[in-house]
Amino acid sequence: MFYREAGDFKKTYSADNQTFPIKIDRVGYYLALVVAFLVIPFVINDYWANAILLPFLIYSIAAIGLNILVGYCGQVSLGTGGFMAVGAYACYKLMTSFPDVNIFFHVLLSGGITGFVCVIFGLPSLRIKGFYLAVATLAAQFFLVWLFNRVPWFYNNSASGQINAPERMVFGVPVTGPNTEAWATYLFCLVFLVLSALIARNLTRGMAGRKWMAIRDMDIAAEIIGVNPLKAKISAFGVSGFFVGISGALFFALYLGAVEVGEAFGITKSFLVLFMIIIGGLGSIFGSFAGAAFLVLLPVVLKVVGVDMLGWPTDIVAHLQLVIVGGLIIMFLILEPHGLAQLWRVAKQKLRLWPFPH
Amino acid sequence: MKTKFATMAVAAVMAAAPAMADLVFPSLSYRTGPYAAGGIPFADGYADYFTLLNERDGGIGGVPTRLLECETGYNTEKGVECYESTKGEGALVYQPLSTGITYQLIPKTTADNIPMHTMGYGRTSAANGKVFSHTFNYPGSYWNGASGAVNYLLAENGGDLNGHKIALVYHNSAYGKEPIRTLEELQKKHGFELSLMPVDHPGQEQKSQWLQIRREKPDTVLMWGWGVMNQVAIQEAANIRFPMENFIGIWWSGAEHDVLSAGAKANGYKALTFHNVGRDFPVFDDIQKHVVDTGKAAGAGDQIGNVLYNRGMYAAMLAAEAAKTAQEIHGTADINAGQMRDGMEALSITEEKMTALGMPNFGPSFDVSCENHGGPGLVGVTQWDADSQTWSLISEFAETDQDVIGGLIAEDSNAYAAENNIEMGCK
Repeated sequence: MFYREAGDFKKTYSADNQTFPIKIDRVGYYLALVVAFLVIPFVINDYWANAILLPFLIYSIAAIGLNILVGYCGQVSLGTGGFMAVGAYACYKLMTSFPDVNIFFHVLLSGGITGFVCVIFGLPSLRIKGFYLAVATLAAQFFLVWLFNRVPWFYNNSASGQINAPERMVFGVPVTGPNTEAWATYLFCLVFLVLSALIARNLTRGMAGRKWMAIRDMDIAAEIIGVNPLKAKISAFGVSGFFVGISGALFFALYLGAVEVGEAFGITKSFLVLFMIIIGGLGSIFGSFAGAAFLVLLPVVLKVVGVDMLGWPTDIVAHLQLVIVGGLIIMFLILEPHGLAQLWRVAKQKLRLWPFPH
Repeated sequence: MKTKFATMAVAAVMAAAPAMADLVFPSLSYRTGPYAAGGIPFADGYADYFTLLNERDGGIGGVPTRLLECETGYNTEKGVECYESTKGEGALVYQPLSTGITYQLIPKTTADNIPMHTMGYGRTSAANGKVFSHTFNYPGSYWNGASGAVNYLLAENGGDLNGHKIALVYHNSAYGKEPIRTLEELQKKHGFELSLMPVDHPGQEQKSQWLQIRREKPDTVLMWGWGVMNQVAIQEAANIRFPMENFIGIWWSGAEHDVLSAGAKANGYKALTFHNVGRDFPVFDDIQKHVVDTGKAAGAGDQIGNVLYNRGMYAAMLAAEAAKTAQEIHGTADINAGQMRDGMEALSITEEKMTALGMPNFGPSFDVSCENHGGPGLVGVTQWDADSQTWSLISEFAETDQDVIGGLIAEDSNAYAAENNIEMGCK
């Protein structure tokens, strides 16, 4: 009944190939954009922004970045935390070295720098594959964290090794530093997320994306049909690094405000983002959103239910949370290895036939 | 209909009113993760003291206290979430017990006009109240600790540390790096040799550091450790037979659970402190009577009298006294966070006050002022006796090198003020 293509005629090739070919989907997409841009900024408060929406938006960008590399190009990476740290420190150095330049460009540039670093660490992928590549990116993770801890230049020789985001404005409204309004930081991140998702979606359904997927599915066959593995793999690392760098910069500058590399960008962060795309769905932009939302919201929901509503001790709830998240990950891997995105696809398929399944 | 609605509204306000009149003290605790061993006794002490005030005195100045516990797991992201979820409830003062979360909250609390008390941790230069208007770290800071340790060594070695080798084993984070600058200054002044040995989070891997210590044979090892790192370090020191009396930890590395796992080999290990240890204070009788015996003790109730329990209780006591001071200044019992800040800035702790509270000689007497949020910075040394399983204070609470520390505080806080365009307060 829902999701019928019947009566929804496409007259041009581009109309047939659009991201949301079904009308109800398209309407939903525009509705979501309208709500995100025109409704939420007016009702948001500090708690919603800092505890739920900012982490969701920022982790979504990181998940999109990692999904391009792991989900689309098939190159396993455990270095996401380290690459986010590159974005954060690049943003910090740019913010303090060029205080007059708009923060918007700093964030973009941080993404570019991270993309470049990511390409360098991606070079081994031309020779090694699978688990061995995962170990090589793991080395990147530890090396980068060590580097930012070891070289005082990166944190401007501060006594504690912490980096602090100074106040920066966009159109006269502060978006970093302590005096920010919830709606400003939210909108700033939202703009980056929407742009990232649009770019990622259009890259992955174009020639670049097809090359990545060809490499993912069988690299030898891809090479025979004329895909250059060097260009495909390196471009995937570069694009992935760009998005991950943006998320790292936003994570530091807008969300946390002060960062200590070992704690904020440790190996756990790499795994968290990897879990997001596994739970959300490998090789799916929607999956990146779903996975990020799931892993950001779940702890908050469990805490609200356990501590605030049921009044349980905080430590029991914290332990339960580990159990539940772990259990859900295993359950997902067994029952739906393609993640939440696949669940959504199946649901759509069912809805299309409902109420006459035959 | 209209009157009915009005009655309902009045009833709702009346019902809500008693809930409004309480003093909210959020406790950003951590009872899980690699730092839980230290987080649990501190959180229990903090909670039990407020329970005691409610049970025995009916709160502070007649207004009951309410403790909002939120689990951070020593994680900065969860710390932010906890801060945002509790600040709307009328939180009076934050004590995050984490240097990382402190750095994050310093600008936020200042913008939200809520004071933060980082007792013996956090950003040391926050002692300069002209720059850090809402952050307090009385009665002592890491730099006092570093200087206190060096002064203790000076006294032990006849006032001369030339050629003395000191190794600093530290948690490789903002917390562990805090004392380095002070120690480097003191190194220039006293001529000892300093070698730095970082240990990465969470601190279970220390073999290479202790191998290096075994090779270099330093005369003294100082430690800035927390959580599981402490137990591992003390065990490793015992393994290489490093003389325990030459091993001195900061106050976060000197509790019962840190030394118990090394058994008899930990005998003689020393730790700095800024308050007294043990259970021989009248306040514990009250806690036993009003909190434990009534079944209201926080957590498992098995931490009472531990070093970190005492510290949590001391932190709660200072917060409660500051709230009392604020009530006196502003003439209202139901204070808000801004008034609490004024109370903290006007806080005066005297020996009579502590005796009246059942804590004679528990900590130093001091006055907080607008310029000085750091207190006197008196540091004592405690030593572990593995036979009786007790810590005992083996030195007086001594002055630290305020010339060196004052200069460093001014330098660091002025740099922060310049970076963030903060105008100097306290005119």
